[in-house]
Amino acid sequence: MSPELINLIIQATGESLYMVGIAALLGTAFGLPLGVFLATSRKGELFAAPIVNRVLGAVVNATRSTPFIILVVAIIPFTRLIAGTSIGSTAAIVPLTIASAPFIARLVEAAIREVDGGLIETASSFGASPIQIVLKVLIPEALPGLLLALTLAVVSLLGYSAMVGAVGGGGLGDLGIRYGYQRFMPEMMLAVVVVLIALVQLVQSAGDYLARRVNRRLRHR
Amino acid sequence: MNAHQSLAIGNPIETLEAISPAATEPDAMVRFESISKTYPAYRGKPGVNALQNIDFAIPRGSITGVIGRSGAGKSSLVRLINGLEKPTTGRAIVDGRDISALAGRELRLAQRSIGMIFQHFNLLSSRTAADNIALPLEIAGWSKADIRVRVAELLALVGIADKHDRYPSELSGGQKQRVGIARALATRPSVLLSDEATSALDPQTTRAILDLLANINRELGVTIVLITHEMSVVRQLAKEVVVLDAGHVVESGHVADIFTHPKHPITQSFLAEVVGDSLPVSLASRIVAEPPAGGQAVIRVQVRGAGAGDTVVARLARELGLDVALLSARIDEIGGQHVGSLVLGVPGSEDVQARVLAWLSQYQFSAEHLGYVA
Repeated sequence: MSPELINLIIQATGESLYMVGIAALLGTAFGLPLGVFLATSRKGELFAAPIVNRVLGAVVNATRSTPFIILVVAIIPFTRLIAGTSIGSTAAIVPLTIASAPFIARLVEAAIREVDGGLIETASSFGASPIQIVLKVLIPEALPGLLLALTLAVVSLLGYSAMVGAVGGGGLGDLGIRYGYQRFMPEMMLAVVVVLIALVQLVQSAGDYLARRVNRRLRHR
Repeated sequence: MNAHQSLAIGNPIETLEAISPAATEPDAMVRFESISKTYPAYRGKPGVNALQNIDFAIPRGSITGVIGRSGAGKSSLVRLINGLEKPTTGRAIVDGRDISALAGRELRLAQRSIGMIFQHFNLLSSRTAADNIALPLEIAGWSKADIRVRVAELLALVGIADKHDRYPSELSGGQKQRVGIARALATRPSVLLSDEATSALDPQTTRAILDLLANINRELGVTIVLITHEMSVVRQLAKEVVVLDAGHVVESGHVADIFTHPKHPITQSFLAEVVGDSLPVSLASRIVAEPPAGGQAVIRVQVRGAGAGDTVVARLARELGLDVALLSARIDEIGGQHVGSLVLGVPGSEDVQARVLAWLSQYQFSAEHLGYVA
């Protein structure tokens, strides 16, 4: 493989990591509070607001059921409003964030709901405020689950990021389509797939390691 | 100012408004005033009257047991004391304040003077023993230095100073409950609520935990409210008892009085758990209705009161000049009073039976004739 092609791969990997990294951060910034709220706002819960809960749940479901490639195209005006352009890696972060936040929210909701309800009652019994309960009880107790959720979200984002080539977003997926498929360069396609597999493996291992580290308290002997 | 008050407001950060000793009844730590609690119908399930017309006081500094079968309303009752539940009608007065009228920040401040321990310990798995104990102090806004000193004190108080850095997964059930107790006492509460705190523990550990609670009551003067379905817990620890059944208080008072003269069937069934009303199988199977020749009459004598049963057999034998056989006996001590029954065999003629029963009733023993054995 020529040095130019290798350079292309390196550049595309950088674009992918940039898009996925920023989108994961922003997705978590929106998705974590949203997920905590979804997990604590049903009737009788900490931040009980059943109607808001249901409305947000419906919005989350709607976003999650829209195919990503359609989402990317559908929100182009919004992307232009936020990023100033609808083309390029930076612009691609907008649909990636919008797709990942609800996904992360649902994963966070599931992880938080795993926490024993008795702990909420216990913290309430010694006068903890709802915010203190979230920060000092729910999130620390759910941390292993939250880390695994985040890992899953990053892996999914890597997959989504392959599609943003459709709007000139660049990245590994785009490289694979343009060179590997359209220019009949199977070795390029193979290289792209290998790099993606390596990235996913790396992210998953890192996530597993961190989750196990914070979880060691639960089961080490 | 008494000891409880200095404990209640001992928190150095929060200036909990000093509570005047309740003007009306200075010795009541908790007062329930005509409380009812109804859970409304929800999703097809009918509404539940969990508590009805609850009216009683828990004396300051006492250890009070609240005993009842599951579903009797014990959990609802204890949660009214720390404001986790609101009564549908009536008021719960804790240390002179109507806790059922408090909400938000005021309620959270008041909750710091009411500790609670749980059946399943409810420790945070992500925190060490010390950090679990520190949690209520962090929430109350104590400084790191104050927390460190207080946590060390508490670990020593509950006898697990060496478990400072252990996670709950590394502790036994008894040790976990000790952490729970230390955590509940962290903010120097004046009341400690125990919700079936020993129900998940083996008998030996239960005994040790109950001893610890007795020490805490004695040394810190903390009023303890024990929710339990186990008579043995009440017997070992409580001085006062409230018997709950189907949302009603059916009996309440000193443990010794209630259990030496149980009136309600529920109270009697709890008592039977400890002293046993049933005869040994080998004896019961031999009892017949008609006197066999040369047989013995079987008479059961209830024993109630201090030292009541000690000499009854000897006196009966001596004063009536009879051979009295002791067929079965079960006597236990509850609140310093002997409670139980003796099953005696006396010569089987009508005449002797009548004399024995008359003698027993003369000395205020309740007795019944069960039949005859050969």
